[in-house]
Amino acid sequence: MAERFTKSMARNIYLGGSAFFVLLFLALTFDTQSRAMPERDNRDQLTEQVVRGKHVWENNNCVGCHSLMGEGAYFAPELANVFDRRGAGDSEVFKAYMNGWMNAMPTNVPGRRQMPQFNLTDQEIEDLAAFLEWTSKIDDNGWPPNIEG
Amino acid sequence: MKYESQRVAMPYFIFALILFAGQIVFGLVLGLQYVVGDFLFPEIPFNVARMVHTNLLIVWLLFGFMGATYYLVPEEAQTELYSPLLAWILFWVFAAAGTLTILGYLFVDYATLADVTMNKLLPTMGREFLEQPTITKIGIALVVVGFLFNIMMTALKGRKTVVNIVLITGLIGLAVLWLFSFYNPGNLTLDKYFWWFVVHLWVEGVWELIMGAILAYVLIKITGVDREVIEKWLYVIIAMALITGIIGTGHHFFWIGPPEYWLWLGSVFSALEPLPFFMMVLFAFNMINRRRRNHPNKAAMLWAMGTAVMAFLGAGVWGFLHTLAPVNYYTHGSQITAAHGHMAFYGAYVMIVLTIISYAMPIMRGRPYGNSNTAQVLEMWGFWLMTISMVFITLFLTGAGILQIWLQRIPESGEALSFMATQDNISLFYWMRLVAGCFFLAGLIVYFGSFFIKGEASPAEEVRGPATEDA
Repeated sequence: MAERFTKSMARNIYLGGSAFFVLLFLALTFDTQSRAMPERDNRDQLTEQVVRGKHVWENNNCVGCHSLMGEGAYFAPELANVFDRRGAGDSEVFKAYMNGWMNAMPTNVPGRRQMPQFNLTDQEIEDLAAFLEWTSKIDDNGWPPNIEG
Repeated sequence: MKYESQRVAMPYFIFALILFAGQIVFGLVLGLQYVVGDFLFPEIPFNVARMVHTNLLIVWLLFGFMGATYYLVPEEAQTELYSPLLAWILFWVFAAAGTLTILGYLFVDYATLADVTMNKLLPTMGREFLEQPTITKIGIALVVVGFLFNIMMTALKGRKTVVNIVLITGLIGLAVLWLFSFYNPGNLTLDKYFWWFVVHLWVEGVWELIMGAILAYVLIKITGVDREVIEKWLYVIIAMALITGIIGTGHHFFWIGPPEYWLWLGSVFSALEPLPFFMMVLFAFNMINRRRRNHPNKAAMLWAMGTAVMAFLGAGVWGFLHTLAPVNYYTHGSQITAAHGHMAFYGAYVMIVLTIISYAMPIMRGRPYGNSNTAQVLEMWGFWLMTISMVFITLFLTGAGILQIWLQRIPESGEALSFMATQDNISLFYWMRLVAGCFFLAGLIVYFGSFFIKGEASPAEEVRGPATEDA
């Protein structure tokens, strides 16, 4: 680098640049959280049951195999749109599907990927279904591209 | 080694390498489970093995960063470490907590683990990379606070160098951002948004400061180039890292709920994120070309060049490949993400820790000019085997990802293959990835072997010109 460009100039770019972008990021975060998200995450439907379902999701480390809104592991199917894929967008159909599925695991088909039996109660499965249904309704800019996730 | 207390870095490095070995073994388990789905089921289901694989990585990199810090801060500050005893105590606390957590993952059912660690009181578990029980998270926070106290007391009483200031800034950032791991609201979109404050702002933010500082330190030592020049580069690199990386967080906000302006912000700024890594390549090669000494530790020099190049490829190029929103719409959460993750973590953070270990370990073992020639040759074989294997792991996962997108993502609903059907179709790539993973393990064994080679240490170097007082 040319001698005219001194170390203190480099330091000032670092300090000024990072301070500016930290502040910009905080301002954008404030705008996202206070103005935009309430419109997009259907939080008026965020019931206690949905929150309980989120805890079922977390306490069984579902994200260790599945992805949710594209984040998590890539060993098992995406579940942010499983309500549409397996429940056809109908709460009752989806609950029945989830109940059947969770109780049928593991399949024990030799050589196939296996989902553990988590021994969830009927209530926990309903909560989980409610959580996944709520998740499917978040405005996520139209992701994923198709129903397969 | 100029200060006796630098030696406390040794247990940190050794323990880091042991955990590294564990990480690779579980990586192979996962690789096999990708093709033989019921391997080790139900004893070690995929989610458990993955949690062990990723958490071991995080913990051993933290051990590596801490070891690097204990080694270089006293030397930069030209004073003994404030409290070697505290460093030893924290080592045992962190090692015990880390080991117990991993054993908990392996031997206790996760829901039971959540229950017995009273996750209910402050639910933080069950989120990717943040699977640790809340009590472990608190333990990590306390260890880091004690570590920072020790380091800052050391730095403050001695010479204040740019390397120390940048390194400590990065470590403070690491500690502060960790606090977001305790925030887990019931609203998933909020949870995800602030989860990235830990994950992205660590690896694409403050960790780059840590990496830059360690690289700068090693380059000062092995090239003898004037510190003023190196510090100027370091400032430019970290300026680029934060200017691009902070708003670059937006590339994670595309599809998890935040508004559309992030599509633009995230795309533009993260497209610039390769810049700091490209600067690191220029930095490392320029300094080595302008070296004023021929340091006999050639292995350390190879790691220093290697980490810059591989970080640029993995974090920079492979990151850019899928960071633009219209591309990411199809690649998000596919094997492309896995490909990028593997090479970026290896190139940037695994290799920078191995760089400082390569430089500092021989010195701590009484070989100030590096290991014997035989040991260095073996270490360099380890370098090439692991690095080339990682290139192939990345290429095979990229192939798997492209095919996955082609079959599962691009066709319309109704015509697209299901996730599981797609996985069957791309299993050949997973088999090849597994083979590459076995070569990686072979490279790791060779690398470990290099530590046990005896023989004459490297003799004193030839100095090209007047060396600086630092070198």
